[in-house]
Amino acid sequence: MLETTIRNKLAQKDILLMTHIVIGYPNLDTSFEVVRTMVEAGVDLMELQIPFSEPMADGSVILKANQDALATGITVDQCFDFAQQVARDYQIPFLFMTYYNILFKYGVEAFAERMAECGLCGAIVPDLPPEEADEYLAAMNRHGLAPIFIFAPNTGETRMRQIAAHGSGFIYCMARKGVTGLQTDFSQQLGGHLAHCRAATELPLALGFGVKDHDDVQFIKGKADIAVVGSEAIRVLDSQGVAAVGDLIRSLR
Amino acid sequence: MNRTLRDIPLPDIKGYFGEYGGSFIPDVLQKVMDEITEAYLEIKQDKSFQQELQSLYRNYVGRPSALFHARNLSNKIGGAQIYLKREDLNHTGAHKINHCLGEALLAKRMGKEILIAETGAGQHGVALATAAALVGLKCHIYMGVVDIAKERPNVTRMKILGARVVPVTRGTQTLKDAVDAAFEAYLEDPVRQIYAIGSVVGPHPFPMMVRDFQQIIGIEAREQFQEMTGRLPDNLVACVGGGSNAIGLFSAFLDDRSVSMYGVEPSGRGLYAGQHAATLTLGTPGILHGFRSYMLQDDAGEPLPVYSVASGLDYPGVGPQHSLLKDLERVNYVTAGDKETIDAFFELSRVEGIIPALESCHAVSYAMGLAAKLASDQTILVNLSGRGDKDIDFVMENYGKDYCPE
Ligand SMILES: Cc1ncc(COP(=O)(O)O)c(C=O)c1O
Repeated sequence: MLETTIRNKLAQKDILLMTHIVIGYPNLDTSFEVVRTMVEAGVDLMELQIPFSEPMADGSVILKANQDALATGITVDQCFDFAQQVARDYQIPFLFMTYYNILFKYGVEAFAERMAECGLCGAIVPDLPPEEADEYLAAMNRHGLAPIFIFAPNTGETRMRQIAAHGSGFIYCMARKGVTGLQTDFSQQLGGHLAHCRAATELPLALGFGVKDHDDVQFIKGKADIAVVGSEAIRVLDSQGVAAVGDLIRSLR
Repeated sequence: MNRTLRDIPLPDIKGYFGEYGGSFIPDVLQKVMDEITEAYLEIKQDKSFQQELQSLYRNYVGRPSALFHARNLSNKIGGAQIYLKREDLNHTGAHKINHCLGEALLAKRMGKEILIAETGAGQHGVALATAAALVGLKCHIYMGVVDIAKERPNVTRMKILGARVVPVTRGTQTLKDAVDAAFEAYLEDPVRQIYAIGSVVGPHPFPMMVRDFQQIIGIEAREQFQEMTGRLPDNLVACVGGGSNAIGLFSAFLDDRSVSMYGVEPSGRGLYAGQHAATLTLGTPGILHGFRSYMLQDDAGEPLPVYSVASGLDYPGVGPQHSLLKDLERVNYVTAGDKETIDAFFELSRVEGIIPALESCHAVSYAMGLAAKLASDQTILVNLSGRGDKDIDFVMENYGKDYCPE
């Protein structure tokens, strides 16, 4: 189970790192290279995003990566094959991240079944609130997969408890409102928000949106369990290449 | 289908029209949507709010908008009698002002500071900028650069009205991408801003709320038509982009089984991928921009590129209530292409002296074809959703030489 894996890792490290890639950006070969580099640099878990042209929760960096990946002609089937291969090659948990229409069109049950076959551990679907998620939750449960839900900065405590009751694995906490990839103020206020998140659930907490360097990760230590790096890795990949992504990951903890 | 409209609350408490609608959005926005729903349900019952809105409809918009018997056109065709509901005569030139005033008053009551929205043809943008100026709110309008180039006069009007027009360069640089950009901006600041969606689309409560504000069209038209003819129209025709002007007209007649309804979608250059925006005609159910409905998508669930000569119809989704009305076979969803649309543009201009918006021309064109097939004692009520001032440069540049020989 994803939560157990995370807890075991947390017994050895004070903060875990989760990174994100868009599958097929800039092409599939590079995506394999990036995963290998990230795993070798010590990331603890990874989000693999299936490209979608309207990624509602993502900012310009990840949006462009989605659109460029789609322009290469990548298919959902290829994303499954990709996930299967990296899950076979590397011993860390891999999650899918995508938008609900991809699951809906594939067939939610078939999607979950194939995820399990490919060795994925769970999924993050930012536009699917628990209220709309009956079919998804049932399918994920049936196949032993963790549905990861999100706490937003304006999510109140009652709602946090409702959301957490449906989630498993961990809860993804947004460091700020808005989309991915913009500046986040790692301030006392954020610390307060994380304390509220902690009080609302027993599940491990991941913190993402705007995490980009060592200082940010230091700030998160003790307040959340997992630091999530997304857009910054793509920026480094774009500007300095795959090897520099490894350096970025190693510099974080 | 043995369900009937009467069995289905429209919408239910979660915003569903049958299996369509709902709310598929990140939690940041869900909280705000809940607040908007709550505030809306409150003002819906609030006499002073409704009075304020009705008074603006009358004294500011110029409602009730006229109902006009297009005798010249009807006689020329020699079939059914065509009547036009003149939403083109509204202040700002289209039906969009009906819901923009409602949304702006609601925003003001909720203590919001900035109205944001997408726009395609620019009609919604102009209407919202107008409403914002009137109630004293800031206004940011997101518009694809392709549409900005095509709809110059409306861009200018928005700027004069004090709105900020934000050019959208992502994706296909048209309406769908403007929606994405507006959502992105909304996610950044859902507290001071409110996203005043431009049609009966988006997450709950927008398909319900915008529909409610647009119902005035059908309520007036029903009364005016009965007064003028002593009976109900046999047919209703309206164009369908997101579906707000169509649902505004149809709502008042849904229970009248004798009234046939036609929603006209753009078949553009032809019903081939990327050349049209006939969502209900060729789409399949999916989830886009926060709601479930028919949409034009590929097998993987990616929205397909869309096209229409009318920017305001150029959208791969459609309001969820229309999806239900299609499944129930209560409304016939049909198409009109670019060519017939331009024909109708010139025909109505020259036969009745009314220059219609290219969006509305889709309805006029379909109605002309329908009229030709019907007897002269039959009637067709067309929603003339907007005026064509915004389109004149585009039409003359691209089609002028075919219709206006020197
Ligand atoms: C004049 C006019 N009619 C129709 C539409 C289409 O919108 P809807 O289908 O929501 O009425 C637009 C949109 O911009 C418009 O400007």
